[in-house]
Amino acid sequence: MGTSTDSGEKAARFEVVVLPHFDAAYNLARWMTRNTSDAEDVTQEAMLRAFRFFDTFRGENGRVWLLTIVRNTCLTWIRRHLPQQNSAEFDERLHTDLQASLTPESEYLRQATGEQVRRAIEHLPPEYREVILMRELEQLSYKEIATVTQSPLGTVMSRISRARSMLRQLIDAQRRAEVKQND
Amino acid sequence: MTNHAQHNLLHAYLDDELDLVRSMELEDHLVECGDCAHEVASYRALREGVVSGDLRYQVPTDFRSRLLKEIREQEKPEPKHVFVQGRLPWWSWATVATCLLALAAAFMLDLSERHERNLMSEIVSDHVRSLMAAHLTDMLTSDQHTVKPWFTGKLDFSPEVRDFSADGFDLVGGRLEYVDGHDAAAIVYQRRKHVINVFMWPSLGPDQEPRTIAQQGFNLVEWKRARMYYCAVSDLSQQELSEFSLMLRR
Repeated sequence: MGTSTDSGEKAARFEVVVLPHFDAAYNLARWMTRNTSDAEDVTQEAMLRAFRFFDTFRGENGRVWLLTIVRNTCLTWIRRHLPQQNSAEFDERLHTDLQASLTPESEYLRQATGEQVRRAIEHLPPEYREVILMRELEQLSYKEIATVTQSPLGTVMSRISRARSMLRQLIDAQRRAEVKQND
Repeated sequence: MTNHAQHNLLHAYLDDELDLVRSMELEDHLVECGDCAHEVASYRALREGVVSGDLRYQVPTDFRSRLLKEIREQEKPEPKHVFVQGRLPWWSWATVATCLLALAAAFMLDLSERHERNLMSEIVSDHVRSLMAAHLTDMLTSDQHTVKPWFTGKLDFSPEVRDFSADGFDLVGGRLEYVDGHDAAAIVYQRRKHVINVFMWPSLGPDQEPRTIAQQGFNLVEWKRARMYYCAVSDLSQQELSEFSLMLRR
């Protein structure tokens, strides 16, 4: 039973360990839901959950711990709201569309606009989008990503590899579409 | 062609995730293999594009302050039942329920004991959420003759709703729930400041004597009667909850 001291302590610890990662939490939710209002709902739910379950926090990495909760909340949201994003199908479509394209020029990739990159990431199926975000934006290590996604390291490796390959081709597809339009 | 480095390794190399030996092996390979070197360069460029893309979404200021306020509300110790001004829409609870459901489904093949434990924890979660979400009831009334008809057309069974206010258990209202794959009715009672949720849904199989369970600091009593499953959950003492369930079964 929590005395008020325990509870105050819990709150203080929560503020130090978890709250600093609020921005990362929101960012992940925003990317996964792809809109502001759902991102807020998902983040809110995840943060409150985190606070409630903070007793189970055993001093591991606070960011990884929080992102695990956010990620699970996002997944639940996706399953409920975007069942069509069941990835096998989505994946297949992407794959055949893109197979024909060649490796795009490095120079172009480097100079891809924020908008192009953003759109390409948004088009990735959720399980690939999340690893890109965790790796490139949050700079999590493979091991940390494995913890957050509750997957084996090997799965993380191949997801990252596949995610980047899709991302590269999506960016290239956009470029070619734009070139065509301008012709 | 088969001599090219595996893609996974190229990315792990880019991400500094290879151990020294493998990293050196790969570097040797890159010196010899133009294709792989080209791939690495291309992905390195991609990453530069991504990282420089300024892709981080900023937390809306009003949302930040709203949420921080809400967490502070939660931080307040005792009383246990803080009726948080939830901004969570109905579906977020539905999603949690769906998630728990998926969880329950995943364990379906497992031992029934495990399933039972999940069910109990799902019921506890539903109970906790009902306290937190300002979503204690879909319909709020102390009149059993209003509560019962309200469910008509919403459920394919008629839940048991009774008034025990004379015994100190006030009827607060009712709520639709989805628990363990069933549409369920949750009838809400209150004793002093303690909320009791009574979940019920049709269930095949023989009657079952009441069983008390303690879970995550809550007490539960479950029983089966006349092809209905019942589970009462509350932070009331086990004894009081047992007495209450006794009245329900009378």
